[in-house]
Amino acid sequence: MNLVLRLAWRNLWRQPRRTWLTTGAMVFSNVLLVFMISLQFGMYRLMIENSLKAFTGHMQVQARGYIDDQKMRQTIPDVVALAEHLRDKLDSDEVAARATAFALASSEERSYGIAVFGVEPRFEPRVSSIPGLVGEGRYLQGDDAAEIVIGSVLARNLRVGVGDELTLLGSGRDGSFAAVVATVAGVFDSGVAELDRTIAEMPLGLFQDVFYMEGSGHQVVVNAQRLGQAAELQSRVAALLPEGQDLVVQDWDALLPGLKQAIQADISSAVFMYGVLVILVAFSVLNTQLMSVLERTHEFGIVLALGLKPGRLGRLVMLETAMMGAIGLTIGALVGGALTAWLGMRGFTMPGMEEMGAKFNLPSRLHPEVTFASLLSGPAVVFLFSLLASVYPALRLRRLQPVEAMRSA
Amino acid sequence: MINTLRILTLLAWRNLWRNHRRTLIMLGAVVVGVWAMIFMTALTMGMVNDMIEDSISVLPGHVQVHHPDYLDDPNIANLLPMPDADIEKTFANAGFRAWSTRIKVPAVVSSERESRGVTLLGIDPQRERPMTFVDYDAVEGRFLEGPADDGIVIGHKLADTLETELGKRIVLMSQDPDNDIADRGFRVVGLFHADVAAYEEQYVFAGKQTVQKLLGVGDGVTAIVVLGDDYRDVEPLYDKVSALVDGGVTVSRWTELDTYLGTMLRVMDGFVLVWVIVIFLALSFGLVNTLVMAVFERVREIGLMLALGMKPSSILGQIVIESMMLLIIGLAIGNLLAWVTIKPLESGIDISVVAEGMAMMGAASVLYPQLRLEDVVLANTVVLLMGFFASLSPAWRASRFQPIEAITKVN
Repeated sequence: MNLVLRLAWRNLWRQPRRTWLTTGAMVFSNVLLVFMISLQFGMYRLMIENSLKAFTGHMQVQARGYIDDQKMRQTIPDVVALAEHLRDKLDSDEVAARATAFALASSEERSYGIAVFGVEPRFEPRVSSIPGLVGEGRYLQGDDAAEIVIGSVLARNLRVGVGDELTLLGSGRDGSFAAVVATVAGVFDSGVAELDRTIAEMPLGLFQDVFYMEGSGHQVVVNAQRLGQAAELQSRVAALLPEGQDLVVQDWDALLPGLKQAIQADISSAVFMYGVLVILVAFSVLNTQLMSVLERTHEFGIVLALGLKPGRLGRLVMLETAMMGAIGLTIGALVGGALTAWLGMRGFTMPGMEEMGAKFNLPSRLHPEVTFASLLSGPAVVFLFSLLASVYPALRLRRLQPVEAMRSA
Repeated sequence: MINTLRILTLLAWRNLWRNHRRTLIMLGAVVVGVWAMIFMTALTMGMVNDMIEDSISVLPGHVQVHHPDYLDDPNIANLLPMPDADIEKTFANAGFRAWSTRIKVPAVVSSERESRGVTLLGIDPQRERPMTFVDYDAVEGRFLEGPADDGIVIGHKLADTLETELGKRIVLMSQDPDNDIADRGFRVVGLFHADVAAYEEQYVFAGKQTVQKLLGVGDGVTAIVVLGDDYRDVEPLYDKVSALVDGGVTVSRWTELDTYLGTMLRVMDGFVLVWVIVIFLALSFGLVNTLVMAVFERVREIGLMLALGMKPSSILGQIVIESMMLLIIGLAIGNLLAWVTIKPLESGIDISVVAEGMAMMGAASVLYPQLRLEDVVLANTVVLLMGFFASLSPAWRASRFQPIEAITKVN
């Protein structure tokens, strides 16, 4: 072992209790950071994936301006053909056309205003989890059948079940009166109150007839294989859009701006908390290293008098900190990683998780996942700030006068 | 006894400043820690408070009375069993801060161009003024003037979607108790603003009597809403309202009407404690370290004091007092710093960059930090109490020194 390394290592263990207490502060923060960061980013990923999977999809082709106004007449002409074209060119089945309108749904006993969607029964299951969540009855089949699938809360509120008839009243694309009687084919239960209460799906063909769409629709949902590939797919989709129709591709954060901002707000408060932890560790390191430098003044005086450069002494102190930081990083990441992995296997829950889950599309049991980034990002920052904290004690050594230093006790 | 304490305090104080650099660094850590505890708590509590007050202004009120089936099935058929006039008699002189009766039913609103599903509120505007989220004075046009007003007030955003404006007519469709469609044209007399944009699309306001006539429910209402003084202390109000109504109705607290927020309030109260403890634990390593160093560089001197006849308990006391002094100074500065940083922010922090995210969580886009005495007390108590226990170990060790060994120890 190199001389300076050995010297630093021995200095560290001259006061084992102090070294362990300082390392302890690092380990404590690192374990906490690894766990919190794993949990947090795991939660964000689930929130995004579940929300998109439920209904929105990774991206949607829409008429320009539709995203802000959501008006009935902001349509995509010949939407089925466009969806078919995209499926063909992208060589993917995860493309589906939709149209949507507001309507008053009436059963024998009740009436509620709902959002009704016209969907392609063959392709909708590829872009949305709702078809798979039909608990009673079945999902839509024919393209023109007078049937409808509704959410579980809506079914309860309307007091209807599978086989009952619903009357929908609304206005068509041209503002004319639109009405249809459809049989409830199935009831879905997504667990997201918003969807279960307000959404109904009927075949696109029927929808286009009832609401005078003349072949047009409002959105074409496109899913990528993984969310990570969505950006690349988006530019491919954009290139495939027909000219002159003023269509745009909206990505998920434009479609669900609240989701991304909720995550950003959460990240900023988390950053504040992590920052405070890191600063407290830095104070601890600063205190320890300053003490360790001050109590060695006499000895440093001697080595300086023997001709050692002050710069090398400074590096020695930094090296000691780096060693201490490395111990803290290793133990912290190992313990934090093990704890997180264990909780990830068992799954765990916190008070209030169920209510949060219903709001943000999360399961009531969380399984945090350790990733390379979540394991090392927190501890690396702690390590860096520990090194920064020892800059001041190291710089003090430059001002040391050998003779005076040797005289001090 | 008092005398010993005075000497110990003096010794502790002087010892604290023997190594002023170390003390100052530790003090810095305590100040940052305490500041962070209180600052973060004030932000969190401010956010929770905003969320709850917003939500209560939408419900509105702290306690509501409904037909037993209404909450599960918000339908006009589930009217309260007693007529409005009877409720008026019982509630008018009960001395509530504010109360009202209202009709709240789902409806569809249509202009010539668009239709939307909304929640129709038939209200008595003057009664609801103290509780509602709508600022009547900020309404473009005018708000409803009384329960018999035949105009309608809708949100700005809904007006944009419907492509309608002040003075134009819109059609409202809902169902009457026999499930026949009840519809009627209304003139838009006012456009309201809401902190949470979604409310502008969801709610439309009409006069209570006008809505009763439209739906054919005579003197019937769907809810009694009552506002109390403090949303955290809702039980007395709940009992008082329960005593005023007989069976056959459901009385609910706001925590039951909005379970998400009821839970959030409990979770966030818990979070504050966890946060304070986590910060203290991070601090405690440094604190114990400082005390251990302070004890070990004074081994000989402590031995000498013991040899001169000082009781081990006094040594222990001296070290604990030293640590308490450090913490108290840190707390004082930390509290002051927190106060100084929070006060100027109390007029509101603009976080509208993440407005829609906050709306999703149920909060508005301006955050008002809330410095609450009980949170400050909590933080200070935790620090002092846990600081006391953390300093016991080094102090106890110091009091157990063998005088002879300690005096002869060479550093």
